[in-house]
Amino acid sequence: MDFAFLLVTAAPLIYAALGEVIGQRSGVLNIGIEGMMLVGAFFGFLVAGKTGSWPLGFGIGAACGLLLAIISSVFTVKLAADQVVVGTAINFLALGVTGLGFRRAYGQSGQLLTSPELPRIWGIDPMLVVAFLLIPLVWWLIQRTKWGLALRGCGEYPAAVETSGFSVNRIRIQALLFGGMLAGLGGAYLSLAVAGSFAEGMTAGRGFLAIALVTFGRWRPIWVALAALALGYAQSLQYSLQGRPIFGVVIPAQIWLGLPYVVSLLVLIFVGSGTVTPQALGKPYRKEG
Amino acid sequence: MAVGLVALLALTLAVLTPHPVESMRLIFAGAFGDKFGVTRTLVKWIPLVLTGLGVVIAWRGGMYNIGGEGQFVAGGIAAAFAARPLISAGWGWAGLAPVLLLAAVLGGAFWGWLAGWLYVRRGVEVVISTILLNFIAIQGLAYLVTGPLQEKAGKLPRTDPLSSAQALPKFDPQTDLHWGIFLALVLPLIVFIYLYRTRSGFRLRVVGENARAARANRIDAPKARALSMALSGALCGLAGGVEYMGVTQQLAPSFTQNWGFLAIPVALLAGLHPLLVMLSALYFAAILAGSRNLAGFTADGTVLIYVVQAAAVLGFVGLKAWSDRRRVVVEA
Repeated sequence: MDFAFLLVTAAPLIYAALGEVIGQRSGVLNIGIEGMMLVGAFFGFLVAGKTGSWPLGFGIGAACGLLLAIISSVFTVKLAADQVVVGTAINFLALGVTGLGFRRAYGQSGQLLTSPELPRIWGIDPMLVVAFLLIPLVWWLIQRTKWGLALRGCGEYPAAVETSGFSVNRIRIQALLFGGMLAGLGGAYLSLAVAGSFAEGMTAGRGFLAIALVTFGRWRPIWVALAALALGYAQSLQYSLQGRPIFGVVIPAQIWLGLPYVVSLLVLIFVGSGTVTPQALGKPYRKEG
Repeated sequence: MAVGLVALLALTLAVLTPHPVESMRLIFAGAFGDKFGVTRTLVKWIPLVLTGLGVVIAWRGGMYNIGGEGQFVAGGIAAAFAARPLISAGWGWAGLAPVLLLAAVLGGAFWGWLAGWLYVRRGVEVVISTILLNFIAIQGLAYLVTGPLQEKAGKLPRTDPLSSAQALPKFDPQTDLHWGIFLALVLPLIVFIYLYRTRSGFRLRVVGENARAARANRIDAPKARALSMALSGALCGLAGGVEYMGVTQQLAPSFTQNWGFLAIPVALLAGLHPLLVMLSALYFAAILAGSRNLAGFTADGTVLIYVVQAAAVLGFVGLKAWSDRRRVVVEA
């Protein structure tokens, strides 16, 4: 099997999962990441296809993810509404808007879906390099900067961060917007670099998967990225091992597809969430007084 | 409220479609125009009420169950497993219905309880575990309909269809409305009585509302939480069983049509009240059925429901947060 292919399949998950790590470390559980990926995938593909420029496609994808993140931040941070509820609504919004947009743009004409090819050397494209550069960058941001320290504080004990002169809400909004942008990039990568096409609801749960990966990788950017790679590997196995017997038994493709989720669940069953979970995850913060 | 919801639909249409008035008329005609429209709406109303009640029970217990989708599928799978030997034995619907629906309830309850157990014993966020359980149920279904549950002909990925003598009976051979509607009429009342008139339901609400007060009163919170997830799963599983026996009559990979997720706005708009679920489910069922009619005339149509749901939830949440933003006390 082609090694570059494995990296390419894992890249959308790496983008999205890194974005989700930043959000969750700040205490925001962003369920809407699925929708943010989906708008990135659709509008990135649409613009790249119409203009013939892939960098513009990625730019628009990131901008659309960002826009949904702004909407989400108004509700979850400013209005302190429940993050699960808002995230669900964001996902519906993305599903509806991209579905309508897709039918308007491509539905009736039946035209072929085309997008510009990304330049590749040995199967590696520039946005794949960006994805892998983001791994140390996100780690550095979270672990080695003042902002990262405050960010982690917002996820653990927001009142202390507020007392030291930071604004918890501002940091959470920044984290959410950064995460939304990365999710949009991941979606654009999925449609432009992995699939070379768009289909309604094409993210097919990858955003949810990114959320699971963050838990699986214990909220550490490097571990999360490794988990995304492992998952990409398991998913690529289904292509190469499909229909081929292992120890005389043919394992159906659906079992391979389900395997990563079962493994994630088993890890949670045996290891549990433990103390590494950000203590304030999912809890809105309100200033006293 | 009702005026607001119609206004919301009108506003969404005005933003998204070139002919909002005509679209509105088509949706209304598709949902209530004739007996076919009304029954189409009611057929969609049944799973929305049942899954909506499931979400109500879990969220009342403080458990953010977004696994209705997986529990719905688990219910369908359990019912299909139970159906196989009984159909070979030649049972009719009257014998099948209680057994299959009980199997669906148990299947869904187990799937929900699993997430509850993970939270109580392992500290795993329900949101995360239910996401994983959704994937596992859906992949499991895709496998089962090509493997152990596949049709006897062995060609397509689906189970053998139930015959009209085995499926839930219909009121009128011309329309799809089936006897499952009785469950959707009775269960909201039962859930209401459970939540507001029994000790167990009271404990569940206290744990969801104020975990500290629950602890002070020596309420076993872990037990109440696991129970709320199991009951929630039971209702979503039942929805899956009813959909299988009444509408699809067979399982295929496309068995669930986002019912578990659509249930969340249904429950929220009802203010997590079991009786109001009947009304909010009717609103969304009408849009679902009506937009099918719209889809016959324009390219967009069936995806409209998602935009309306998003707008309804964000509008509702925004108004609520806005109105009580001053009242909230900081958590200690």
